[in-house]
Amino acid sequence: MTEKNWPLWEVFIRTRNGLSHRHVGSVHAVDATMALHAARDTYTRRGEGLSVWVVPSSAITASDPADKDMMFEPTASKIYRHPTFYEIPDEVGHM
Amino acid sequence: MTDTPLFQYTLRLADNALVLGHRLSEWVGHAAVIEEDLAFGNMGLDLIGQARALYTYAGEVEGQGRDQDALAYLRDANDYRNILLVEQPNGDFAVTMVRQLFYAAFAYPYFEALTRSKDATLSAIAAKAAKEMAYHLRHSAEWVIRMGDGTDESHARAQAALEELWPYVGEMFEIDQIERALIEAGVAVDPASVRAIWDKTIDDVLAEATLTRPQDGYMQSGGRVGRHSEHLGYILADLQFLQRAYPGATW
Repeated sequence: MTEKNWPLWEVFIRTRNGLSHRHVGSVHAVDATMALHAARDTYTRRGEGLSVWVVPSSAITASDPADKDMMFEPTASKIYRHPTFYEIPDEVGHM
Repeated sequence: MTDTPLFQYTLRLADNALVLGHRLSEWVGHAAVIEEDLAFGNMGLDLIGQARALYTYAGEVEGQGRDQDALAYLRDANDYRNILLVEQPNGDFAVTMVRQLFYAAFAYPYFEALTRSKDATLSAIAAKAAKEMAYHLRHSAEWVIRMGDGTDESHARAQAALEELWPYVGEMFEIDQIERALIEAGVAVDPASVRAIWDKTIDDVLAEATLTRPQDGYMQSGGRVGRHSEHLGYILADLQFLQRAYPGATW
């Protein structure tokens, strides 16, 4: 009997009223087909989803938390990038 | 008791679902990984849900005031009408999955056909159950394929599970007087009509799994008339303890 862990998969679900798939968690499974089953059985038990994606966790390249200052801090001072300076005519309504 | 064919037939369907559902529930908390633990819980709840709907209907058909709880908790083993396959012990993971494959490969096309029943209630219950059994079939088939086409040990265990459970396959396709009348009336499904589908499903799965279909030999029978293996008594001891010890208990 092998003691090796099954590969990890990240699970994304599109909800009934959602437009895009959202990350909901992860499962262990031997391959992609079984990962879909595991995702269905683990994360859609209460009618949460209409579509499920599974992606090998190993396929995800993540930013290094130690690079946080370099990666994300410089944007903090550039408030002009937020589209809050435009005058929106009343007729347009809520955007 | 108004022991009509329709009551007996509905009870058989209900008992199959309850006993197999209970068997799957025994895995909860014991599966090797939490994902499969949830899969067993989900499949068990599908079956217990089917049983509840069928017991409720059986009680209405009988007209003696028995509800789903009375039928599930207050009948002894020889009053149960499930096939012997579903009461067989879980064994190892291979035995449980092969048992699920055998039953689901039957129940899925059977309930699909039952949606065309002239009995509106059975038709409605079957429509829901067919979707559930389609997933049970897919899930168990994928596992049997992976065990058969996996390691030497998983292959050997899957083949042993096939041999162990094969004698219980024949009972699914039996017809007796009770069902013949209902089949002719367009209420029940002739199990012979799903035999070819079952055979093809099993053959396809076993081929992909590199497993060998066992030879047809002596087939076990009797569950549907109340002659059960000793295992059912232990299941009911577990299942019925609370209502037997504390009649009418609620919480």
